[in-house]
Amino acid sequence: MGRLDTGRILATLAVIMFACLAYVPTIVREGDIVFALTDVYLYETMINGLLLGGVLALLSLGLNLIFGVIDVVWICYAEVVMLGMYAIFYCHTVFGLPLIPSMMIGIALTAVLGYAIHYLVIRHLVNAQPINQLLATGGLLFFFQSAATLAFGIEFRNLGVSLGSFALTQDIYVSWARLAAFATAAICVLGLYLFLTRSYTGTAIRAISQDREIMTLMGVQQGRMYLMTSAIGGGLAGLAACLLVLQYDVHPFVGLSFGPIAFMICVLGGLGNMVGGFIAAFIFSELIALGGYHFDIEWGYVFAFVFFIVMMFIRPEGLLGKRS
Amino acid sequence: MALAIAGVLVVAAIVGLPPYPLHIMIVILIWAFTYTGWSLMGRFGLVSLGHGAFMGIGAYVTALLWNYGGLTPWLGIPVALACAVLLAVVVGYPCFRFRITGHYFALVTLALSEVVRQTIIATRDHTGGSLGFTPTPKGNDDTPSIIALQFDEKETWFVIAIVVWLAGLAIWRLVDRSMIRYALDAISEDEDSAAAAGINVTREKLKITMISAVMTALGGALYMQYQLFISPDTVSGIAISLQIVFAVVTGGIFVQLGPTFGAVITLLLAEILRVQIGTDAVGLDNAIYGIALVLFIIFLPKGILGSLIDRFATRRG
Repeated sequence: MGRLDTGRILATLAVIMFACLAYVPTIVREGDIVFALTDVYLYETMINGLLLGGVLALLSLGLNLIFGVIDVVWICYAEVVMLGMYAIFYCHTVFGLPLIPSMMIGIALTAVLGYAIHYLVIRHLVNAQPINQLLATGGLLFFFQSAATLAFGIEFRNLGVSLGSFALTQDIYVSWARLAAFATAAICVLGLYLFLTRSYTGTAIRAISQDREIMTLMGVQQGRMYLMTSAIGGGLAGLAACLLVLQYDVHPFVGLSFGPIAFMICVLGGLGNMVGGFIAAFIFSELIALGGYHFDIEWGYVFAFVFFIVMMFIRPEGLLGKRS
Repeated sequence: MALAIAGVLVVAAIVGLPPYPLHIMIVILIWAFTYTGWSLMGRFGLVSLGHGAFMGIGAYVTALLWNYGGLTPWLGIPVALACAVLLAVVVGYPCFRFRITGHYFALVTLALSEVVRQTIIATRDHTGGSLGFTPTPKGNDDTPSIIALQFDEKETWFVIAIVVWLAGLAIWRLVDRSMIRYALDAISEDEDSAAAAGINVTREKLKITMISAVMTALGGALYMQYQLFISPDTVSGIAISLQIVFAVVTGGIFVQLGPTFGAVITLLLAEILRVQIGTDAVGLDNAIYGIALVLFIIFLPKGILGSLIDRFATRRG
């Protein structure tokens, strides 16, 4: 069976699955197909799911870059986002800076943090076993979480800024913050794509992700490229933090609630494949949103994780990845 | 050496230790057993972040059967272990069959541990969700301790913990000296060559995964029976999975007493910091763990005990 066939079959299956998850529970519960098809709240859920996908896509973007280029899983990536959220929160509410400069400080700090993580830890482990890299960043996860607990306490903190929402139709409301996240994610994917394909540095980064040894011979400094990638990845985490802080409370363990999803999006989309990651983010977010609408939000997560496990068996290279 | 330690501990218990140190030792021994179970897989490069799932199943299935079915843990635990094995096969078989290794194996198992945690939370009507779950105390209808597997005396628990821990070490040794160890060593070096040499890669990996899952689930069930309280965050999820991996790496993944050593160090550190500094420093223990883990991976990849043994061996040899 050719690759295209497999792709088509999977796409068809995905559509059928989506329809089942979206409509069948309501049809079964209400016994009324027309009602299910015209259920306003269902459509609101779908739109919100779509927008949540934007947040998730943005969240996994930096991780995807690092994962794809350096081939290291930063288990602590969501914790970098968490620290970025705290930075913005403190700049804005404690030091009284306006929102936009606070966000810029947040992005700058996470970029520095990304640089530091690579310089202090990953640099020593670039040629180590993948598992050791994973565990070292796991140690950082513990450290960031606990450091945040020590420094900021375990209270839930809210920025207290709400962008509000607007009415799309009479019954469907959409939050500005989610729409902003969605738009930012789309712009960032495009920007990152242009950076990686059109700029000299971007080309070097892509080249080095293909072959470490040869590119060193060609005069590309591997260490410098990796540091730069880590800093960009950290900055993207900060950008995600800017948009998350508008929607969610900050607390030291917030990373655990979306960290796993971020890795799975990267892997499901195909490592280092930004577009694949984007699609994967929307699949996950719809599964979570619809699962949450019909059952419980936790069931939404269960569906998403089970879907990930099954997809890993069917297409380990990811939705749009190339089989190596 | 393990027997010597066990002997000293038993004597100490008979002489009569105060309840607090006894409690700490029981907890350490139960965790050490679980960690040993994980290290059986981990030492062969099968880094599972899904052991929180097996532990959660061991604890929750046993507790749910007791509360709702009145089934004694003597039967409930075997059922829970069977569930853990089933899950290990359902996820493990395709993983090994489709050759999912390295990062990918870690991420699939990570997803697994989250599936179990979220399922426990989602079925809150029966499991109590995030608020936790308490097995019915034996006192309610005067069930004998032995049937409820609930003992008031810490000494009884201490003996149980020691027996189980020794059994864990015995399994480790049995695996260490069996053919499966050579097969898995070969597989972790190079799967293709191992397969070419006639090793059934999928079957060998599945075997060790099942053993490991059973041990972890048993650890979870015992933890539940001893503490008589469980919550999704104390027996399942990523945090527990990482805690397991971390302690084993700290102690030493390749030596028999490494996981035990890891359990002693990590749990004592947490306990000492908690007692000394109190609640002002919530998280300090984990901050220290975290940094230590990073340093260990970079400078002492064999763990504390592993490195000590290496140094000792080279000096003698």
